[in-house]
Amino acid sequence: MSTVTSYLKSLTLWELVKGLRLTGGYLFDRKVTVQYPEEKTPQSPRFRGLHALRRYPNGEERCIACKLCEAVCPALAITIESEPRDDGTRRTTRYDIDLSKCIFCGFCEESCPVDSIVETRHFEYHGEKRGDLLMTKAKLLANGDRFEAQIAADRAAESRYR
Amino acid sequence: MNIVPMLEAQLGFLPDPVVTTLIIVLKILCIVIPIMGCVAYLTFAERKIIGYIQVRIGPNRVGPRGWLQPIADALKLLTKEVVIPSGANRFLFLLAPILALGPALAAWAVVPFGSEMVLADINAGLLYILALTSLGVYGIIVAGWASNSKYAFLGAMRSAAQIVSYEIAMGFALVGVLVAAGSLNLGEIVEAQRGGLSIFSWFWLPLLPLFVIYFISGVAETNRAPFDVSEGESEIVAGFHVEYAGMAFALFFLAEYANMILISGLSAVLFLGGWLSPLPFLSGIPVVGLLFLDGIHWFVFKTLIFLFFFLWFRATFPRYRYDQIMRLGWKVFLPITIVWIVVVSAMVVWQVPPWFDGA
Repeated sequence: MSTVTSYLKSLTLWELVKGLRLTGGYLFDRKVTVQYPEEKTPQSPRFRGLHALRRYPNGEERCIACKLCEAVCPALAITIESEPRDDGTRRTTRYDIDLSKCIFCGFCEESCPVDSIVETRHFEYHGEKRGDLLMTKAKLLANGDRFEAQIAADRAAESRYR
Repeated sequence: MNIVPMLEAQLGFLPDPVVTTLIIVLKILCIVIPIMGCVAYLTFAERKIIGYIQVRIGPNRVGPRGWLQPIADALKLLTKEVVIPSGANRFLFLLAPILALGPALAAWAVVPFGSEMVLADINAGLLYILALTSLGVYGIIVAGWASNSKYAFLGAMRSAAQIVSYEIAMGFALVGVLVAAGSLNLGEIVEAQRGGLSIFSWFWLPLLPLFVIYFISGVAETNRAPFDVSEGESEIVAGFHVEYAGMAFALFFLAEYANMILISGLSAVLFLGGWLSPLPFLSGIPVVGLLFLDGIHWFVFKTLIFLFFFLWFRATFPRYRYDQIMRLGWKVFLPITIVWIVVVSAMVVWQVPPWFDGA
């Protein structure tokens, strides 16, 4: 009996018709496309995008050249050199992140004891020359100044989970 | 069709053979140019419909709602370089796309768009169609061989075996139509489907297995999914046209889509009554009733239904394995068609109503 029904099923293309009905239903389904430049998907406050170096409200840079981020970086994308400043504090003389090596894992941000290196929500950037994606200390500090409001808001929103 | 005598009168100062040739060329243009337009917009429809089935919206950036997309694609392909591989046979390499496109367009000569609208009203129409659809495979084989590439050659081999296998099932399906209609002339085949039951007197019902097999073989014949092993992008990159670029590639593309439209049009003519109206009794209604008269619009409508099925199949079914294609063609379709030819012949001989009682 089951042989007969299976023959009948394959002769009437029953399973193919079932497949067609399924895909045919999706033809009229609501479309999920996000029209990117005009529409954007929602972002988490924990989004890991372009890096930035933050400052304290008085303008002093936070980074104390502890080099934890350099040590933890799995892609070896961070290079730090440091020297004592005139006032005796230890500061970086060089803080480079090579974005063409970076894997955006966020470990640098996690390891930072003073919340200095952070990853912002900004991800729509590009480089036109090879060197453009090598973020120097000046560029990173500029990023920090540019996105500080957003960075601070995201850190405040996430503070209860940290 | 009273434009033709008018034109002939206008061109009276020319010698007769020239007038005849000019009018035939004009008719050819009247068929080929709309078909090219249809091909362009079929690619657009394909991307849109498959997009919708995959719950996305498809191309919508070029022009309003993406309607200029095919034109942008054509311009892109026109301006690209036709790369000829150094190991290729130059002459055959460039001949292959033409061999693929030529039969796909030439077959339209005998397709009746309306009761009088046919370029060549020949009595061997069905035979001519069968011959030309088989010729299309030469383009693919020559392309695969001339490319001097393993992928292209594998694709061509697969395609040759597949098309030859399905040609037989398709031929037998056509024999069924021929027995039922008693004519090889496509116009007469359509007229033979006229009957009191309108939609139910068309051949799709008495020849239902042949109808299904014809269309599936047609999908295999045009190398469309789920029978696209000759392209098989996940196995052999792009199969027979892997070495082609620019306009040479575009010709293969045109040929594939022109063949799809041809198979759809033929299915409409042979099984769905071509230009016959499905609801002739509604033609009494004023104004709107004109739509329910027989005419080219019904042919176009039926063709579009089949084209939609082509796209729907592609969006639904995964590719057949090569040996399964062969099994389906030889061990399933062929026996069924042969059995059904016997059934149809019996129905015709015993004049089984309501289709074959001569009414």
